[in-house]
Amino acid sequence: MVETTDACRLTRRTLLKIGALAGGGLLLGLPLHARTEPPDAAPAELAPNAWIRIQGDGRIRLVLARSEMGQGVMTALPMLLAEELEVGLDQIEVESAPVDPAYINQLLGEQATGDSTSVREAWTGLREAGAVARTLLIKVAATTWGVPEAECQARRARVQHADGVRSLTYAELAADAARLPVPDQVTLKSPADWTLIGTRQRRLDTPGKVTGGARFGLDVRLPGMLYATIQPCPVLGGSVRNWRGDAARQTPGVVAVLPVRRGIAVVAETTWAALRGRERLELDCRSPASGIADTDRIRDRLRIGLTGRGTLAHRAGDATTALETAAQRIEALYEVPLQAHACMEPMNCTADVGPDHCAIHAPTQSQQGALATARRLTGLPAERISVQTTLLGGGFGRRREQDFVADAVELSGYLRRPVQVIWTRADDLRHDYYRPMTLHRLHGGLDDQGHPVAWLHRIVGPSVLARLNPSAIHDGIDPSLVAGAVDLAYAIPHLRVEYRRADTPVPAGLWRGGGHTQNAYVTECFLDELAHLAGQDPLHLRRRLLAASPRHLRVLDLAADRAGWTTPPPAGVARGLALVEAFGSLIAEIAEVTLSDNQVRVLRVVCALDCGQIVNPDTVRAQIEGGVVFGLTATLKGAITLADGQVEQGGFDTFPLLRFDEMPAVEVHFVPSESAPGGVSGIGTAAIAPAVANAVFALTGQPVRTLPIRLASGVAVS
Amino acid sequence: MISVTLNGELHELELDPDTPLLWVLRDHLGLTGTRYGCGEGECGACLVHLDGAPVKSCQTPLAAAADRTVTTIEGLSPDGRHPLQLAWILEDVPQCGYCQSGQLMAAAALLNESPRPTDAQIDAAMSGILCRCGTYQRIRRAIQRATNPEARNG
Ligand code: FES
Ligand code: FES
Repeated sequence: MVETTDACRLTRRTLLKIGALAGGGLLLGLPLHARTEPPDAAPAELAPNAWIRIQGDGRIRLVLARSEMGQGVMTALPMLLAEELEVGLDQIEVESAPVDPAYINQLLGEQATGDSTSVREAWTGLREAGAVARTLLIKVAATTWGVPEAECQARRARVQHADGVRSLTYAELAADAARLPVPDQVTLKSPADWTLIGTRQRRLDTPGKVTGGARFGLDVRLPGMLYATIQPCPVLGGSVRNWRGDAARQTPGVVAVLPVRRGIAVVAETTWAALRGRERLELDCRSPASGIADTDRIRDRLRIGLTGRGTLAHRAGDATTALETAAQRIEALYEVPLQAHACMEPMNCTADVGPDHCAIHAPTQSQQGALATARRLTGLPAERISVQTTLLGGGFGRRREQDFVADAVELSGYLRRPVQVIWTRADDLRHDYYRPMTLHRLHGGLDDQGHPVAWLHRIVGPSVLARLNPSAIHDGIDPSLVAGAVDLAYAIPHLRVEYRRADTPVPAGLWRGGGHTQNAYVTECFLDELAHLAGQDPLHLRRRLLAASPRHLRVLDLAADRAGWTTPPPAGVARGLALVEAFGSLIAEIAEVTLSDNQVRVLRVVCALDCGQIVNPDTVRAQIEGGVVFGLTATLKGAITLADGQVEQGGFDTFPLLRFDEMPAVEVHFVPSESAPGGVSGIGTAAIAPAVANAVFALTGQPVRTLPIRLASGVAVS
Repeated sequence: MISVTLNGELHELELDPDTPLLWVLRDHLGLTGTRYGCGEGECGACLVHLDGAPVKSCQTPLAAAADRTVTTIEGLSPDGRHPLQLAWILEDVPQCGYCQSGQLMAAAALLNESPRPTDAQIDAAMSGILCRCGTYQRIRRAIQRATNPEARNG
């Protein structure tokens, strides 16, 4: 008998639906509207919004409503269903969800993947769905045998009677289970009985990824499909004035050359022919009315926002007065540059548009956005549009955008043939929605005991959500720009955080870790500047400021212990510490760095993570490792800059990524927790820049106030 | 007509000899396991073996493969059970997975040369293959696992 904890009422009981599958099976879904008619009136067809399909032939299919982009949802989310359904991961198939309101990510408000939300959002709902199915299957078995349900146990897709003799498979029970009404309440398993959650499960997507069989967006092959590439105006926001496509058209294999919204498209029988044809295009562009962007001008624009009025984002006490009366004061200006996503798989999409259908095959983080884009461009009703999600060769927020989807829908609509649009690496780097550039002015004050008493932080930067989600902006505050700055955990009595919006012509978007990546860098580095001023150890100062926050102390102490914080590092090596709270999780990272040839080299990163209940521990570890690497690229390697309106970086030569031989040893240690899961994708990224910058500060005595870290020539190790 | 032995099979191809091998594989032969990451020789996602040696297929014209042997990720092993593939699974190396064909082919070429590579040899062989997801640490562990028989199945 499964040991169960308190029965919980279904959080989405009114939304649960049971249906019969054609061929006798059980379907469990969450439709938008509660059904009132008896379940046997359910259509015999597959409803599109199921979570679980138990078929008469024994196949068990679990629906994945989030995009697999490396973060492991294809394994972690089915684990939640399978745990309660009592099936093994080896007994299931995973299929990706179509677009349906049932699959909306409640934390994002749309059917989309991002912001480190997937497991957090699915945690209760998917387990309940699994538990409902299990409850029904047990009920049917108990009725069949004329025994109490308490004598029946579900295990590995079978219900067994306590006599050890009678047992029925889910396939045998499914058809009858589909005729039962939804139970009023179900009992979730007690954590002590979990066999999947919290255990290391090998990822279900790995086998295809080591044989070449995994299908990414660029691997879609449809009959009669054409390949296309689009030459945009190189100047951001520019538009085509004149173009000549004769030479491109004459390129062998080129089928069509035509203007589209984003530039001039070259369509061909193969990718190579399209790319070659594109090289022969002649393009004359006019500059945008909004002006030509370059990095210096953007910086000047942001600088204006450092003075004058700002919008109050957070206040505690009276920081201005406290600063005036502080025994010691310090002021610092930080600059965080533009960053690109640089997904390893460049943007792409395949679409097949006809007079009455539109099929999209896309590596997208937003199925709902893709559907809306197709509706807008084709005028077709939603039921004529399908969105098939492929694997994503990286996402990091970039693939919530719709520009690449629009390309394919538009071109296929013109040509009435399936078209795959591929962006080159240069397109991908030069036409991104970048993590915006931000400036930060900070003032800090210490009392005569060296205790921080005043903290003022002015953030200047363009709004990201004004375009993506305007309803999230309240009182002029873009939450994505102030995340991590307005919710400092440190007990500093007088705090004032202000935001000054300064839009620039550079498209701004969501980046792995969001605004935390800028604000964690700035606040954690400035805290080390205060510690330096006070002559205190950075760990010691943090512990004092967090004396009333045991959860924070636990990650700090675990990281410090594993990194050997109190043992001095070898000569020429220094340690830097950063603490970040984001997405419901907490991380402390300690980086050990050294300098070689005037370059920063990160040797080791020790991470202590409290992310609540862990579903698949090894995936969480991988997410932190990967997040650290993603953040190290932005900390050490490069940034996006503009000159004459164009992004200067068009390849990995000018936008280098951290390489294999630059990889530090990354250790991830968990603080055990039974709280609901927190997000982990972005948090490792947010903490690494300040950890490394603080180590460089410790090593050189010079605070690092701009990224990427560039040492003055001949910097001495102090 | 250009003859290439691809994953053990002879192909006679009537294509522009300038066509990069990458696109011959992906668009003409349907072998999409070899990936496009940059087309400029800077990322290694397109890495394949030419007569057993690692080459970036985006920088290799079809003509350069004439009368030679090409191996792609699809041909690395008949059953997906090359020691490196098994090690990759045991270490759960891939995240998004997009770079992993190139990573595996680079590692396999290294092992062809040096069955028990040193750390420095691993660095030299692997540093040209970029991974945005940051799987490098696991790649190193997987290579070590595959080259150390005692660790292979642990
Ligand atoms: S695609 Fe060949 S090196 Fe990047
Ligand atoms: S696994 Fe995603 S780029 Fe390497």
